[in-house]
Amino acid sequence: MGLVMPNPGTIIWMIIIFAIVLFILKKFAWKPILNALKDREESIANALNSAEEAKKEVAGLKADNEKIIAEARREKDAILKEAKELKDRIVAEAKEKAAQEAQKTIDEARQQIDAEKTAAINTIKKQVAELSVMIAEKVIKKELAGKGEQEKMVDGLIDDIKLN
Amino acid sequence: MLKLSKSYVITVAFLFFSIGTLFAQHTNEENHAGASESHAAESHQEEFSAGDFVIDHVSDSYDWHITSWGETHISIPLPVILYSKHPELHDGKAFHVFMSSKFHHGHDAYNGFKISTSEEFKGKIVELDAHGHELEKPIDLSITKAVAGVFVSVILLFWLLLATARSAKRNKGKAPSGVQNLLEPIILFIRDEVAKPAIGEHKYEKFMPFLLSLFFFILINNFMGLIPIIPFGANVTGNISVTMVLALFTFAITTINGNKHYWKEIYWPDVPVWLKFPLFPLMQVVEFSGMLTKPFVLMVRLFANMLAGHLIVMVFVSLIFVFGGLFGPAVGLGASPVSIAFSVFILLLDVLVSFIQAYVFTLLSALYFGMATSDHH
Repeated sequence: MGLVMPNPGTIIWMIIIFAIVLFILKKFAWKPILNALKDREESIANALNSAEEAKKEVAGLKADNEKIIAEARREKDAILKEAKELKDRIVAEAKEKAAQEAQKTIDEARQQIDAEKTAAINTIKKQVAELSVMIAEKVIKKELAGKGEQEKMVDGLIDDIKLN
Repeated sequence: MLKLSKSYVITVAFLFFSIGTLFAQHTNEENHAGASESHAAESHQEEFSAGDFVIDHVSDSYDWHITSWGETHISIPLPVILYSKHPELHDGKAFHVFMSSKFHHGHDAYNGFKISTSEEFKGKIVELDAHGHELEKPIDLSITKAVAGVFVSVILLFWLLLATARSAKRNKGKAPSGVQNLLEPIILFIRDEVAKPAIGEHKYEKFMPFLLSLFFFILINNFMGLIPIIPFGANVTGNISVTMVLALFTFAITTINGNKHYWKEIYWPDVPVWLKFPLFPLMQVVEFSGMLTKPFVLMVRLFANMLAGHLIVMVFVSLIFVFGGLFGPAVGLGASPVSIAFSVFILLLDVLVSFIQAYVFTLLSALYFGMATSDHH
């Protein structure tokens, strides 16, 4: 029954050998290996975390960029709008001014015309009056040979003068 | 677990079956030899005894046998270390160290010591009294083939793992390289699939060095046992003394680390008091024997699996000579391709078994540690 009976000598040797194996491997093999594994796992986890963070940061930057672009666009639109308004206003003002100017010119012209017309009418009136006086003189000179006729004439003239 | 125990039962059944038959052959041979004393020397050479052949290959010995050619045995002698209780029989000295070559392959006695051929002590060194009769076994601390095999494996193990450790130090925080690539997946497997689930996230670290050492020690010895070229091929993990020591270490660590909860589970489990009292002494006995059965089963499982692998390979090889002896050399030659094919198949199966047994031993040890240190169910 050699096979299934433990042999004390072998057992003693095995205990010594296995204890030494345990001690040496624990101290010189497993410690560095397990530490290295742990370190690497941690560094990988850290790297993944920081990559995730960087990704988030990039996403944030992208959002910021978009915001800035949108703002710029909005500003551009506002500026354009303002410029357009300004242009419209200027044009409108210019138009108004021109119209006013034209109106003013027309008014002045009209006033001048009116004035000149009045002056002309006055002149004509004066001339007509002079002419009338001359005519009346002549007529009177001719007609007023008699006294009755003169009076008749004067009356008639006075009546007539109510024209105008 | 069910699958495992099933394969275990099959293996053990096969083992006992094979040992039974082999021993039967073996004793027949012995009786036969004893009956015709004068004929024995010749018939031993001529007749092939499959039982002796197989058992010799798997059992421990005092020298490392390489080959025999006719009468010439070529083997590496190993140191024999003995402490005798009868110094008067051995030149007055109690402590003896000499090489096993002094026995001339078991044929000669040396200084009052002899490798026994008797039924009781077969294969072991015994002391002879003044008349040349076998007296008793001395305290035997010899470096036997199994111990020498362990030395070889341990040197390999140190070389492999210290190289890995060096490489781990060199590549701190960098990608692994070289032998580190080979071993790291296994180490991670033991850590993440065995230790962490069995022991728990917080306590596993303490047991990692032992579990890893155990796994690699068993694995490398299993593999070395499969390589049939010297200095490998010693049947180390198929030696019950070796597996016994491994199981004892697991047992010791379990017992030392057993917490209050573990011992309470054994001696004062959480069952109602009225139920406890009629059965209490019996339960304690059962629980206590369970504590001892665990390492015992570890010991037997590894031993039986590895021994069975070796036995089957040797049986298939010996079939060639059995056929040759029964029906002539031509039949033996004809049977050899089949035998070799089967042996190769079993060897490949043994590679798988080597992994599985190392894994199972480690896993169960981890489970026992987990039980010893758990705080609750």
